[in-house]
Amino acid sequence: MKINLSINGQKHEADVEPRLLLVHFIRDLAGLTGTHVGCETSICGACTILMNGKAVKSCAILAVQADGAEITTIEGLATNGQLHPVQEGFWECHGLQCGYCTPGMIMSACGLLKENPNPTEDQIRHGLEGNLCRCTGYQNIVDSVKYAANKIKAQTAKAD
Amino acid sequence: MIPTNFDYFAPTTIEEALKLLDKHGDDCKVLSGGHSLIPVLKLRLAAPAVVVDIGRIKELRTIKVDGDTIRIGANTTHAEITSNADLKKHCPLLCETAAQIGDQQVRNRGTIGGSLTHADPAADWPAAILALDAEIVARSGKGERVIKASDFFVDVMTSAVEPNEIVTEIRVPKPAQPNAAVYLKVPQSASGFAIVGVAAQLKIANGKCEDVSIGVTGLAPKAFRAASVEAALRGKAIDDATVSAAAAKADAEAADAMEDIHASGDYRRHLARVYARRAVQAAAARA
Repeated sequence: MKINLSINGQKHEADVEPRLLLVHFIRDLAGLTGTHVGCETSICGACTILMNGKAVKSCAILAVQADGAEITTIEGLATNGQLHPVQEGFWECHGLQCGYCTPGMIMSACGLLKENPNPTEDQIRHGLEGNLCRCTGYQNIVDSVKYAANKIKAQTAKAD
Repeated sequence: MIPTNFDYFAPTTIEEALKLLDKHGDDCKVLSGGHSLIPVLKLRLAAPAVVVDIGRIKELRTIKVDGDTIRIGANTTHAEITSNADLKKHCPLLCETAAQIGDQQVRNRGTIGGSLTHADPAADWPAAILALDAEIVARSGKGERVIKASDFFVDVMTSAVEPNEIVTEIRVPKPAQPNAAVYLKVPQSASGFAIVGVAAQLKIANGKCEDVSIGVTGLAPKAFRAASVEAALRGKAIDDATVSAAAAKADAEAADAMEDIHASGDYRRHLARVYARRAVQAAAARA
């Protein structure tokens, strides 16, 4: 089946089997391997991307369901060599250790901050419930998202 | 984990989807958000020849308050229900339940119609839908039928929906006291599914329970109304002794309790009694 989708602003057209999962389209056809495959059972969140602006697990979506969708992956966040505020937060606050869960964590945090730009600590933890980290623990990840929220707020205030 | 191959159709109208179901019969599975079906396909617990994706049928993705009835299209996502202003006002129990399903990513894709039809005995929606005395509308090529929530859940992963039917709408009667409601659960920590979950909707006048309905999920092979607890509360003053005595009957309707590595049957029964008490107390406190 022929599908068209936009990943990080770039059009991708391909003839795919209906059973192809979106995460495999992103990694194997589009060659964007920043989106990780973790548990494969839609629990761990390593494969999280933004689909039409919402955080979703790309291992639990068929590529054909994403026909016509706008996808953002971790590769699409930085602009002109500048880290996205959420990426910068993970850098500054030591929000990662091995890094395997990180792309998914960052994309979930982006989805959360789009819905709620001023989350409380509880809301951050609730928003990241769908992402598992097995090494750093969650404290620094929560700090990273707080850093990002403040940075985005400062940027928006400056732009105004 | 890759699903077996299947033919895929993405109709944009209900009529078109029903024709596909009539044509392909038992070889066919209906896909909405995919957060129940796709994991099942990946584990190869199901291998349908045909998948009919109803996710592009726009008329199934609506929330309307229509007089005394709230109508929720089957394709409405949990996230859309969580944040809907009309529902927050007229039936916050729906929003509170939706917000506790899975996680952010699951709520952004999973749909109320898909979750109900899948009839997972540990899903959250059944408790709320039972407590709200809702109706589920299913349509086939022959017409429409309205199924009461209490008749909808048949057994583990089995709802009353026939293979040639699609759930189109959930109809919820507007509660008289929308705020006198709560959904409480003990989540399984990885998946977020309910080990036990209790939803309660109350109607209170002068400190007395005029009406109450309670849905319990996670305990038995299918979610159920805790009729014994309800009967012990109706017409009584809502005080600690009455509520505790009533809640002790929370597992009375559960002939069998589910058991797995997360909780024994006895522990689930215990949780149902404790959570029924807490749910009634919390709902009464909000009234």
